[in-house]
Amino acid sequence: MNTAVAPLDLARADVVASPDSVNHSLLRFLTCGSVDDGKSTLIGRLLYECGAVFDDQLGALDNDSKKFGTQGAELDFALLVDGLSAEREQGITIDVAYRYFATPRRSFIVADTPGHEQYTRNMATGASTADLAILLVDARKGLLVQTRRHAFIASMLRVRHIVLAVNKMDIVGFDKSVFDRIVRDFENVSRTLGFTSIAAIPVSAKDGDNVARRSSRAPWYRGPALLEHLETIDVDAGQANDAAFAMPVQWVNRPDLDFRGFAGTIASGLIHPGDEVRVLPRGQRSHVARIVTYDGDLAHARAGQAPVLTLADEIDVSRGDLLVGASSRIASGSTITAQVFWTVETPLRAGQRYLFKLATFETQAEIAALHHAIDVNTYKPAAAETLPMNGFGVVTIRLDKPAVFADYADSKELGGFILIDRFNNDTVAIGLIGSNAAPQETAETAAKKVRWPLWLERKIGVAGTEQRAVFMRRASTDAASAIPLTAAVYVASGSIVTGVAVAALDLALRPIIRLYASRAMQRWRKRQDDLNADGGGI
Amino acid sequence: MKPLSHLQKLEAESIHIMRETVATSERPVMLYSIGKDSSVLLHLALKAFYPSKLPFPLLHVDTTWKFREMIEFRDETARRLGVDLIVHKNEEGIKAGVGPFTSGSRLHTDVMKTEGLKQALDKHKFDAAFGGARRDEEKSRAKERVFSIRTAQHRWDPKSQRPEPWRLYNTRKRPGESFRVFPLSNWTEADVWDYIALEDIPVVPLYFAARRPVVERDGALIMRDDERMDLLPGERVENRMVRFRTLGCYPLTGAVESEAATLDDIIAEMRSSRVSERQGRVIDHDSSASMELKKQEGYF
Repeated sequence: MNTAVAPLDLARADVVASPDSVNHSLLRFLTCGSVDDGKSTLIGRLLYECGAVFDDQLGALDNDSKKFGTQGAELDFALLVDGLSAEREQGITIDVAYRYFATPRRSFIVADTPGHEQYTRNMATGASTADLAILLVDARKGLLVQTRRHAFIASMLRVRHIVLAVNKMDIVGFDKSVFDRIVRDFENVSRTLGFTSIAAIPVSAKDGDNVARRSSRAPWYRGPALLEHLETIDVDAGQANDAAFAMPVQWVNRPDLDFRGFAGTIASGLIHPGDEVRVLPRGQRSHVARIVTYDGDLAHARAGQAPVLTLADEIDVSRGDLLVGASSRIASGSTITAQVFWTVETPLRAGQRYLFKLATFETQAEIAALHHAIDVNTYKPAAAETLPMNGFGVVTIRLDKPAVFADYADSKELGGFILIDRFNNDTVAIGLIGSNAAPQETAETAAKKVRWPLWLERKIGVAGTEQRAVFMRRASTDAASAIPLTAAVYVASGSIVTGVAVAALDLALRPIIRLYASRAMQRWRKRQDDLNADGGGI
Repeated sequence: MKPLSHLQKLEAESIHIMRETVATSERPVMLYSIGKDSSVLLHLALKAFYPSKLPFPLLHVDTTWKFREMIEFRDETARRLGVDLIVHKNEEGIKAGVGPFTSGSRLHTDVMKTEGLKQALDKHKFDAAFGGARRDEEKSRAKERVFSIRTAQHRWDPKSQRPEPWRLYNTRKRPGESFRVFPLSNWTEADVWDYIALEDIPVVPLYFAARRPVVERDGALIMRDDERMDLLPGERVENRMVRFRTLGCYPLTGAVESEAATLDDIIAEMRSSRVSERQGRVIDHDSSASMELKKQEGYF
């Protein structure tokens, strides 16, 4: 029973400090990269350095390293995470594995996903709940086809934050130019993928450089170590806080004739007793009477919480219905355009019928059309009659009864669905509603496009992104309003020069006014939030 | 508004999983093993269905070798909360005289625990069974789904698991098939203890250090909970200050020497510990893949 512990010359925190369990936050991330990029080694290293690997596990690891390991006499951290027998024998990661570790600031859930193309579906699954993705690149090899694939899949699943971990820097002598070239290449690849943040970090997973601590071997790198970045990144920033209330009804809670409540997990927004709600798809209106929990009624509940709501009126509500705020503009319909990852060996063909499940809603459905496949390596559309396992394509689905849904880009909860085989009950597809989520251009064409200087692009956004679209809308409204202003001043002053000058001044000042107005607004919102914040529900 | 804390997120996720199970199965049941994870699972279930009573019974598969304090705690908990408790014992195993000392840990676990569980599930025709297993406990569990489908023979096939994107669970099954559902999949040992402290959840006193009669055997400290444990030559019972990190059959569960007598002490000790909680479990050590094999055969 006593386990031999291999001697290690690594410093490790002896005590993982006790977190403040009330304010401790959670980050879910996924790691992707192929076998040889050292992905499992990196996770093993993170777990180890955060004290999440115990001595008896290290003892087992020592045995396994000798039996299956690829690191000679040294511990093979990859074996900490490859759990299934087949994986250990083949030395590859087949299935998504979830790993857990914590620092005093944050808890982390890691989805360790396989890198091979035949496991694209597993990566999509891991990415679906991730706030951030670590893309591993082997410094010697640079960006590979699979790096593009992983970036693309992360983008499709709306993972907003990317860490480009350039690994094996020890083998290239921590050469800055190698790192810089890979970062530049990735900027070109990711230009159309709409990530909110990209952090590039030079690491050696094997030796631990820039993993838990900054390394002195890459003095030219001034950014944070990987762990520090994971601990501090604000993944909620830039997300819409003002989304309308929506809660799929999961279960009707009816202990006796006097109580009828609707249990569910709130998909978006905020709700208070007294708020008006509609029940979709039928559209009945009522008001929230109480927000009931085991710990007492709440004054409000918000996205992510799982309360029971009671309504002021006796209306018919059942599982599969959606409760929404009165201001919600969410649509219902029977025809859906979506992108799908196909997950089984029987290929997708138009005309096939499946069960469709979105949040708590289920219905039968038919694949009305397969418009085209999308190559996950080149991002290019390709004509296709069928989608093979791990294929990705755009389809139209016709539902037997109307569903309430959103674009996946706006709501993962109301825009993500699965298709289920009616006979063997396999999950055959992971679906994302909306066809515009795919990049509209390939990286090659993007690279040829006119690029603005970086400082300017940061202000006005990269072509094709939401930021640029907002900028263009504002710029055109501003320009349009300048014409009547010029005319008015010309009529009033009699001087066309004055007219143009006033309009120009107005155009120049507007962004400044906007900036200050939005800052004031943010401050006000934050104050309101602070006032509303409470620890209820736990 | 400040984001939900990580325990709030885990709690909401577990509640969601439990409601999804109850909404889509005909005869759900909660496997109640009396340990700390079961205590948290039960507490979360009370929250998930409040103000309704639990819409399922608890099932305890009694191997007849549990610590006496566990059985007392089990009966007291069922009484206090007014929940239905089914206790199942594998009578064939008892008749055949199977036990950890006479048959070895492997056969004892197979017959009294795994076989017993299958008997109980079949007898009551349960089609969904909650378990308190966590993915951080063991490597093959790290790859198991939240809704883990089992054949009519209760077998798990790691190669044909369904993808589980977002919190969208495929709860469809064919007649005879059933689900093992793991609402605590994403919890860690630390999360469980933090939550027990935060929510003031009762746990079996064996988790707290006290003077207990233990025998040192094969490097483990085994508590001599009753007369059925014969002493081997050279062995003697000592009263030592010990506690348990996990609870199972008493002859198969090693105690750890500890002074941690309060929740805060336990949490502090766990955070500085260098050994995993399952280290004290005798059945896990056969080989690294032994849990995967046991699960394929129907072990929880």
